[in-house]
Order: sequence, then structure tokens, then C-alpha cells
Amino acid sequence: MSLDLSEAPVAELAAQSAKRRPVDSATYDRLLGIGSPILLFAVWELAAQLHWIDVRFFPAPSSIFGEFVRLGSSGELASNAWSSIQRLAFGIVIGGIPALVIGLAMGLYRPINAALDPLIAATYPIPKSAILPLILLIFGLGESSKIAMVAIGMFYPVVINTAVGVRQIDRIYFDVGKNFGANRWNTFRTIAFPGALPFIMTGVKLGVGLGLILIAIAEMVGAKSGLGYMIWNAWQIFAVKTMYVGIVSIAIIGFLLTVLLNEIERRLIPARSDR
Amino acid sequence: MSSIKIRFEHIEKTFRLRDRDFTALGDISFEVGSGEFFVIVGPSGCGKTTLLRIAAGLEQPTTGRVTIERSASTRPENAMVFQGDSIFPWMTVWENAAYGLRMRGADDAHVRDVVGHYLDRTGLAKFANAYPHQLSGGMKQRVSIARAFACDPEVLFMDEPFSALDEQNRTILQEELLRIWDETKKTVIFITHSVDEAVTLGDRIMIMSADCGRPKVFVDVPFARPRSVFALRSSPEYGRLFGDIWGYLRDEIKLPGAARAS
Repeated sequence: MSLDLSEAPVAELAAQSAKRRPVDSATYDRLLGIGSPILLFAVWELAAQLHWIDVRFFPAPSSIFGEFVRLGSSGELASNAWSSIQRLAFGIVIGGIPALVIGLAMGLYRPINAALDPLIAATYPIPKSAILPLILLIFGLGESSKIAMVAIGMFYPVVINTAVGVRQIDRIYFDVGKNFGANRWNTFRTIAFPGALPFIMTGVKLGVGLGLILIAIAEMVGAKSGLGYMIWNAWQIFAVKTMYVGIVSIAIIGFLLTVLLNEIERRLIPARSDR
Repeated sequence: MSSIKIRFEHIEKTFRLRDRDFTALGDISFEVGSGEFFVIVGPSGCGKTTLLRIAAGLEQPTTGRVTIERSASTRPENAMVFQGDSIFPWMTVWENAAYGLRMRGADDAHVRDVVGHYLDRTGLAKFANAYPHQLSGGMKQRVSIARAFACDPEVLFMDEPFSALDEQNRTILQEELLRIWDETKKTVIFITHSVDEAVTLGDRIMIMSADCGRPKVFVDVPFARPRSVFALRSSPEYGRLFGDIWGYLRDEIKLPGAARAS
């Protein structure tokens, strides 16, 4: 008994130090995460200033930032970014909603799955960029062809993930729905959709990422606005700094969308947040 | 026993397993009275769950039918307390308990009253906004019980609801179930493989045979209501009944090559 008592504080100390170590290493990881890009930019800046690298291809970060500010204040950057964001938003909705409905139906009803699965499996591996000419042919050079490209990029990951998400829901939940009188719409709304939601969100994230790639490609061909157009136009007139501004802008949009989607996911799926 | 509430007539269920017909339930007929707590005991794989799923309309019998006498067209015919985790992990305790009422389009005030009452009776009021992953196994089964009682079904089906719980929790939940049941006097069909549970809860016990799922024997449980689980288990009558039922079951379990369904 007395031995136990005397050892207790030692055990407590050991527990404390064991607790502290992961906190320290987490902070260390974070510092490394912030530090490495800063170091990269510093080396890049230095190398550009000292002309170790060809500044025609790799302009100094400071001069890219200057160009960023110039294009930003002229409104050129904002209008191009806004065009891309609008197309992206329309494409996400136009591709995502049918994908969600079809995915839920495929997950719930065997015949629908049997009819559509081979079609989706056969067309999914086609590189979406390879059908851009076909899309231009069908939809013309206007807005609709760009939106269609994003929609196609969005459609596949969402439909596939939604169908898989519904199929992995434990059968007992559908029994509960049936037993407590859930009709078809309520089975969709209260079981299939929330049960598949973690998978659906994964599909949405993948689809948005693909949409961002496709909007850049689509805008390089026959568009008169958008970040993709800006980059392509900059290449044609050899305005390398503008090109970098376009690339960085797309990266920022992608990053902000990821943050936004993670936040939406956190709010929609509170039940699993600490699983 | 007063009037008949639920009638099983010549229920048979055969499955086809690799070009062989396998009889899960063979010609079962019995009746359960209104307000009766009816317990079905049997060895694993004797078809108890299949029988209950047929009664609940979740499966179709090969032949025969189940009829439930309805007292009001607005009440659901049955509600089931399932074995294992069956409450929705994406809904709060409150939303889960309200599910049956909501699906039947009950108005908000009614839902609030009834769900509030049963969460109170099951000791879940404090956890109304919690999600299932924050609850213990016993708490989850309480939600499942509250959900079934809340929609006020004609008959309540319970499929080994406490089998996943530890001994202490099981006893506590049995006690709670008896208390809630005493207030409502619902017709209950309760499945278990535990003889203790059957004797503690039931008015009448049906023992099923492992062979082709037939009722083997019916046993009346003479204990008065309301019952206390703890007082009951120390009475000599309890021990005698336990011994009788265990005797019937032992014959079934020893049957060599008894067919098994999952």
C-alpha cells in the first residue's frame, strides 16, 4: 500500500511527459510546414536576385507579387478570376446534382445500377481533357462548353462515390426505415443520403478538384476571359509574370475551396467528427 | 388472456441453398393475446428471428399468414426493437426516438410530448442532443426502445434486444422495460436465447425446437405483476421454472446435426 502511494507521483510525472511530447512534436511539424515554403521562396528570391536562374522563366517571387498587385488593382485579375469561379460554380451544380440523384438511385435500386453501372464504368476512364474538342463542337465556343467540362469532371466522382456510399450502409437501417413506415422519399432523405454523406463529400472534393483542372484547360481554348485564358494569353505574348499570377490565383482558389468543403463536411457530419 | 391480438397461421419458410431446400420454419401456428408479454426461446438458428421478421412484414413467409387485430387505423401495426445497433448514427437521440412518429407525419406538439415522455422514462432526457457514438451500448438500446414505444404500435416486437449487453446492464434494462411495459400494457413478442430473461419478462414462453423451427412447448409464467427482477430471481418458484425450461432446451441443443440458419 505504502509502495503504491510513493510511486503514484512518479507515474503521474511519466504520464505528463508522455502527454507533452506529442504536443511538442505537433508544434514542430507545424513550424516545418510553414518554414519549408518560406525557405523555398527565400532561396528562389535570392537565386533570382543574383541571376543564378534565368529570370525570364523564373521571375523573382517579389516581382510576381508586384505583378499580382498591378493586375489586381487594374481589375483584370478579379474579372478573370470571377469568370472562372462562375463557370466552376455552375458546372459543380449542373454536374453534381444529377450525379447525386443518379448515385442514390443506383445505390438503392439494383435494376438502375445494373443498367447504368456498365455505362459509367466504360466512359469513366476517358480522359476528360480528350473530349474538349467534342464538347466545343456540341456546345460552341461560349460559356456553355466551359460549364459542361466542369460538370463532366464533377459528375463521375460524385456519382460513383454516392452509389458506393449508399451500398455500404448497413442493411439494418433500411429495415428500420421500412419497419417505421418511411416512404421512398423519406428513405432517400433520412437513410440513403445521410448514410452515404461521408462518401458523397469525398466525391464532391474529388469532383471540384477535377473541375478546377478542366476549367483551366477549357479556358485556354477559345475563351476570352478566365484564369485559364489569362495564362494562355500570357504565354502567347510571353508575359511570364502574368502567367505565374494566373497559376498562383488558381492555386489560391483551389485552396480556399478545399477549406470551404472541409468546413461544410465538418458541419454536415457532426456525428462522426471524433470517430 | 383476453382477446387475441396476433395470430400466426401455418407459417412456413423455406430457403433455397445451392439447389437444396432448407426449411427454416415449419408450419407454425399460435396466438398471442392482447396485452400479453410473449417470449420465444430457442437455440441459435432455430428461426426465431425469421419468424419475427415475417410478423413485422420485413420478410415474406413461403406459406401461411400473420394477422394483427387493429384497434385504430392511425396506429402502426408493429414496431421492432432490433438486435444490435439499429439507431441512426447520423441522428441525435431525440431525432432517433422521434423517427417513427415523424415518418407517420405526427404533428410537432404530439412528437414533443411523446418523445419527451419516453426519453424521460428511459433516462435519456439529458442526452437528447447527443449522437449515438457518444452513448454506451445500453444507452443505444434505450433509444431503440424509446423509438418503438413512442410510435405506439399495436404490437411491439423485440429481437434479442439485450443480447449484446453485459450482465449488469441487461438486468437494469430488463427492469426498466418491465416498468415501461407495466404503464402501457402493450402486446409484446420478445425473442431471446436467455432462459433467465424469458422467465423474468414473460407471461407465456414458447420454446422452439432446433429441428425445422417448430414450437416445442408453451410454458405459462405464473408470477404476478408488477414484477421486480431482483425479488423474482431469489424466489424458489423462479428456480423451478428455470430448471424446467432449461430441460426442454437441453434436448434441442444436443440434437446431432441440427440444421442451422443464420
